[in-house]
Amino acid sequence: MTVVQSVDSVALLPAYLAAGTAVLVLITDLLLARPRATIAVAALGALGTAVGSALVGAGADRRTFCVDADCSWIFGGRAALVGAVVALLTLGVLGLSVPALRAGRSPVGEYCFLLACSMTGGVVLGAAGDLITLIVALETLTLPLYVLVGLRRGSLESAEAAVTFFVVSVVATTLTLLGAALLYAVTGGLHLDRLGALLAEQPELRDLPLTTAAVAVLLVGLAFKVAAVPFHAWAPATYDGAPLPVAAYLSTASKLGGLVALLAVVQRALPADQTGPVLALLAVLTMTVGNLVALRQRRTVRLLAWSSVAQAGYILAPLGALALAAGRTDEARSAAYAAAVAYAVFFVVLELAAFAAVTALRPAGADGGTLADLRGAARRHPWRAAAFGLALVGLAGLPPGLAGLFAKVTVVRALLDGGAAWLALVVALNAVIGLAYYLRVTAALWAPTPRSAPIGGGIAAVPVAGVVGVVLAVATVAAVVLGFAPQLVLDLAGR
Amino acid sequence: MTFGQVLLVAVLALPALGAVAVAATPRDRPARLVGTVAAALTLLAAVPLVFDRRGWVVWSGNEPAVRPWHELDLPWVPGLELRFHLGVDGISWPLVVLTALLTLLCCAYTMWRVPDGGSGRALVALLLVVEVGILGTFLALDLVLFFLFFEVVLLPMYAIIAGWGGAARRRAARKFALYTLFGSVLLLVGVYVVVAAAGTADLVTLTGGAGMSRGTQLAAFTLLAVAFAVKSPLWPLHSWLPDAHTQAPTVGSVVLAGVLLKMGTYGLIRVAVGVAPEGARWAAPVLGVLAVAAILIGSLVCLAQSEVKRLIAYSSVGHMGFVLLGVATLTATGIQAALIGNVAHGVITGLLFFLAGAVKDRTGTGTLAELSGLRETAPRLAGLLAFAAIASLGLPGLAGFWGEAFAVIAAVQVGGPLWTTLGVLAAVGGALTAAYFLRLLRQVTHNRPSPAVAQLGPGLAGAELTAWVPLVLLALAIGLAPTLVLGVAEVPVDALIGVVSP
Repeated sequence: MTVVQSVDSVALLPAYLAAGTAVLVLITDLLLARPRATIAVAALGALGTAVGSALVGAGADRRTFCVDADCSWIFGGRAALVGAVVALLTLGVLGLSVPALRAGRSPVGEYCFLLACSMTGGVVLGAAGDLITLIVALETLTLPLYVLVGLRRGSLESAEAAVTFFVVSVVATTLTLLGAALLYAVTGGLHLDRLGALLAEQPELRDLPLTTAAVAVLLVGLAFKVAAVPFHAWAPATYDGAPLPVAAYLSTASKLGGLVALLAVVQRALPADQTGPVLALLAVLTMTVGNLVALRQRRTVRLLAWSSVAQAGYILAPLGALALAAGRTDEARSAAYAAAVAYAVFFVVLELAAFAAVTALRPAGADGGTLADLRGAARRHPWRAAAFGLALVGLAGLPPGLAGLFAKVTVVRALLDGGAAWLALVVALNAVIGLAYYLRVTAALWAPTPRSAPIGGGIAAVPVAGVVGVVLAVATVAAVVLGFAPQLVLDLAGR
Repeated sequence: MTFGQVLLVAVLALPALGAVAVAATPRDRPARLVGTVAAALTLLAAVPLVFDRRGWVVWSGNEPAVRPWHELDLPWVPGLELRFHLGVDGISWPLVVLTALLTLLCCAYTMWRVPDGGSGRALVALLLVVEVGILGTFLALDLVLFFLFFEVVLLPMYAIIAGWGGAARRRAARKFALYTLFGSVLLLVGVYVVVAAAGTADLVTLTGGAGMSRGTQLAAFTLLAVAFAVKSPLWPLHSWLPDAHTQAPTVGSVVLAGVLLKMGTYGLIRVAVGVAPEGARWAAPVLGVLAVAAILIGSLVCLAQSEVKRLIAYSSVGHMGFVLLGVATLTATGIQAALIGNVAHGVITGLLFFLAGAVKDRTGTGTLAELSGLRETAPRLAGLLAFAAIASLGLPGLAGFWGEAFAVIAAVQVGGPLWTTLGVLAAVGGALTAAYFLRLLRQVTHNRPSPAVAQLGPGLAGAELTAWVPLVLLALAIGLAPTLVLGVAEVPVDALIGVVSP
């Protein structure tokens, strides 16, 4: 074994760009101390990271940090997709944060730095080839968020949310690490592909109770990150307490990160016959509980939070097909993974649009408010309300939100190809429950305005900050384009 | 592109562009005019589809059972087996024309009267979007595309009911949306059960079963049939219908009853029966029993109704029962009866809802007890109502007759104790239909004028006549010359039956 490794810096370029952004933001903030410059550097860095990911990913798979055949860094199509999407989401969230930052609700330098750090974690996550890289990347993604959630000055809920999130997340990380350690104890390997090969070659290893325990603990730890039921309780409280843009980041980039980590271990390392039933159960519980509880929510962000819990269930659903033998053929498996990724991409676009619309409809720096605050919004802000409506309808999976419809179709198709008709039915029936509350929010937008506007809340006739408007417009246009050309996402997700 | 393909695209593109144009026109009245023009152009594009048709004179085996007159097939989303595959044949063309006609009449009616609730502009735009969805459903020859258009209708229709409807509109609209979504998600699962098993979503290839196993066909048919039964609606899945029809504004009720329900029956014939014939043969008795139950229960409930729109809504349950009975027989006569019953119900019930809306708008009430003596103060309105009611109860010579009579005949022709009983019971249901319509007429048109009716004038607005006369004429024309519908449908139905019950 050679001691000195040759490092493929091109493969690492996206990670360099992301980490470089964080450092540059810090330096800019120290030297110039001008909020505008700091935000600009962060935005350019995020854009550069997205472009870099796309360029590097356009070529063949690049591997580096290899020991024999096992590599810790594999930058392929999926990694490029994840890197680019996370970077673009960061860019979007940054745009949404501009009014709050201008209003001085949060320190600009720290905010941008932390966001860039989190982005770095997301970019690295997609390319991680071993459990340690994976867990470190996931922590890099999550750690800055503890602070970001609590960064709303003078807000008690914000601090409470941060503490809840921190405690739950640390427990989850511990569990994930425990699972990784147990797996190492059983197999002596940490590289995902090697673990997969070892467990496939030696059935006696797979039958050990310790392996089962390791698989279960690892999955549970990661399920916390995607806020899958029953490990979801932190999400609504945290989303609601966090500043709106951070809530948007939590429900898009952070959730995508959790999913990518889960997908990496399920697809490459763990035996499908053990993960399948667990994932099927998680998916059913997650979507059903998420949708049922969302029905009763009165606060906008809480409703979106519960709905995003439910959406995580739809994302996990295709993986549930692995529970059946018919779903474990190579073809069905790759279809299931591609469907999960595709759904996640459709979802984050729509979810970002939804959060952007809420931000645009609320005064700068305000929280999400209640549904009553949104009543009659369409009369004052027809365009913003229309964009919100489109995003909500898309999340419900109905035309004219074609992107969401195709997302559901992709999941159902993958499930039926894998022979899991019962799970497809559960997904389908959940879509009906989902429509009930999405429709309530959408209808509220066009409802007649209440006679006495609530004090201090309501849809103030705020001029929307230009950047928020741009983010909303771009996300909406992206959702519309993906609605007419879903093949773009399906192709990328299948790579 | 051939002329036929241009027409196919135009039939979908015109209302879609029309909706955009309406939304982009700033002033209300010109916008409604733009919408009406778009709807008129759509009808103009839909009618000539019947000319220059490519097809068979007679169907022989060894050929695909669906052979569209005009066809357009473009790739869209290969990853989901979705192709933009449109086509029109004798089964779908009458429904396409009916949809285009009713939408035009509704848009024209909106020129004259906009129901309370929102701007007329938005209402016309939504009507056009609904039209796109319905026409797309009838034209789609790709299962996934069919599902897509099936879904397009849902939210605009919800918005029409919730925005412009009566007092309890929100509840009714929610119920409509959730019920129909329940149906369409089952459709989604059913579609992909078929696609996963057959490897294609092309309806031309799939019609006849495409070699799918019996188990798959049973599962697919069950899912698809339940999905379409919600939309049609079939008892006991009908409970969204009375609320939605009663609360919807007049134009909404007309579109709902006139063509929206037909998506269910059309889907049942083209998709459920066509794609899973073995499943259809297996489930036919159940379907037949439910259809007859719908006829009887619908009629009995109608006898007890005290609100005019609700009564007409429940009468739809009974009429669609006849249509479904026709489909359930799986014979050429039965399917023909279903097709003509579909069209006739669209024309007559559309007219009935227009008239009921006119009565409600004038008197401010729809309660039968508060309406009487209409022919004393408004003889023309009363006359039209009588005409529509008599057409609906199936008087020979008017459109309603053929569908009901032939559904009963088809059931009796199938023979056996079950189907004979069903045929007899359906005939009893037909008699009950006559009973409740005559009861409606007696209460509304006869007796002394009630206070609400007494203040009515005899006149009818020009816009009302414009909207009603075409329907009156069509009801007569189809009644006297059923070959208008059956002539074009005969060959495709024979072909369908050829593969469904060999």
